[in-house]
Amino acid sequence: MRFSRKNLGIPYAVFLLLFVLMPLAVLFYYAFTNGSGQFTLMNFIGFFTNPNTLGTLVYSFAVAFVTTVVCVLLAYPLAYILASSKIRAKSAVVMLFVLPMWINFSLRITALKEVLIFIEGNLAMYPFTNTVIGMTYDFLPFMILPIYTSISRLDHSLLEAAQDLGANEREAFFKVTLPLSMPGVMSGVSMVFLPAMTNYVVLDMLYNSTYIMGSLIGSYFAAYYWHGGSMIALILLLIICIFTLLTDSDETGDVRGGTIL
Amino acid sequence: MKKLWKPVFFAIVFLFLYLPILILAVYSFTDSTTIGAIRGFSLRNYVTLISTEELRNMIAGTLALAVGSAFIATILGTLGALGAFYSRERTRTAIATVNRIPVINADVVTGFSICVLMVVVMHISKDSYIPLIIGHVTLSAPFVFLNVMPKIQQMDSSLYEAALDLGATPFRALRQVVIPEIMPGVLSGFGLAITLSLDDYFIATYTKPAMFNTISTYVVNATKGSQTSIKTALWALSTAIFVIVLLFVLLGNLRAAQEEKRRERMD
Repeated sequence: MRFSRKNLGIPYAVFLLLFVLMPLAVLFYYAFTNGSGQFTLMNFIGFFTNPNTLGTLVYSFAVAFVTTVVCVLLAYPLAYILASSKIRAKSAVVMLFVLPMWINFSLRITALKEVLIFIEGNLAMYPFTNTVIGMTYDFLPFMILPIYTSISRLDHSLLEAAQDLGANEREAFFKVTLPLSMPGVMSGVSMVFLPAMTNYVVLDMLYNSTYIMGSLIGSYFAAYYWHGGSMIALILLLIICIFTLLTDSDETGDVRGGTIL
Repeated sequence: MKKLWKPVFFAIVFLFLYLPILILAVYSFTDSTTIGAIRGFSLRNYVTLISTEELRNMIAGTLALAVGSAFIATILGTLGALGAFYSRERTRTAIATVNRIPVINADVVTGFSICVLMVVVMHISKDSYIPLIIGHVTLSAPFVFLNVMPKIQQMDSSLYEAALDLGATPFRALRQVVIPEIMPGVLSGFGLAITLSLDDYFIATYTKPAMFNTISTYVVNATKGSQTSIKTALWALSTAIFVIVLLFVLLGNLRAAQEEKRRERMD
């Protein structure tokens, strides 16, 4: 066979087929069958009729929503200050806010836990607050980075034009900077919201025994109940799909890798 | 007053991100077991970290997994990006779309689905490390792909043609012309693959052999246990990792600054 450059992609295409698409197909199969391999909708109906699992869904959304809002409220002003400041070595300062991304998250949550224990005494008193603090601590860099990037890429002549046309600083911010930096915010939201629905280790480590969606998968896994776990995974996939379509950001890969800089 | 809010806000977010790590770093050099009153200076935690075989094995295993899986992911992802770039548009779009799935997907779902496929359906034992390695390659290869692709797109395509015209075989042209051009993307993809593997908890949990632990799975289990000497040795580990990451970032920044200076001089 003659050497052709496009054949180089065959190993990776096969890999994706085997270990990305096949696992999803298997999830589908397990989600809609029971222990004896017969088709069933019970896993699906069960999830939406059981008050416990529905409560978990609601609690996950609550944790993810509050975490995302807190992250935006912290990250946006910070990114704005960073992007509009005239300090030298700005990229080094931005790096400082991104660097925690590269420290193992379980060790960072351990550090946070020790501090929270010192402040609160008993962590069990404020499970929801601690969870939001933990998630924010974990994911904040993923919100700062895309917002910073979108603000600093902004065309400065637009702001000058707005001011020439009589807008004051506040109006220019709300009518030019904020709308134009929305793609960065959306990309940050998709980087924070979904992990906050699923990263149950943060809850476990901070002694919050309430379940989020990820914990359900963990508990089915521990019980070797693949059918139930697959259904939860599928529901999460559905949420992820809807969310990705809504936020529609192409930058997820760059942000998560921190390579957007 | 109006000018003050900026540095104050800046400091608050900075302290929020760094204070816990720094406090833990200070306490890692004492013999106390909780945060609060500072007791005597001690290197006990660092001695435990180095001398406990279980901890040493866990760290070595995590590093071996990270480097090994990153190596495989880099080769696969780079070849994938090259192949996709030179394919028809439909094939390229298909590969790029599937490539996005693990990037967007929650790691819990990725890990669980790979476990169900490989362990439950294909009966591959977790003790073979195959599910774990495949899991980590699945996690990081798509990021290598995303890092390499722009470099291929930026490359001057006539370079490859020129090499062929000058008599190079396609393979040689690829090795001596194309690969060096895209090397920065390949290397940053490799680095990223390592950090993703080091940070992963979920994929490892669902695919690892029972007796094997990565830093993440070990730390999470240790917080449930009550062995305080191990608990505080992990403070030392956290501090060591923080210092290493800081050094890497500083070196990277320094190099970038030098590069910029050189470029300015050349202009």
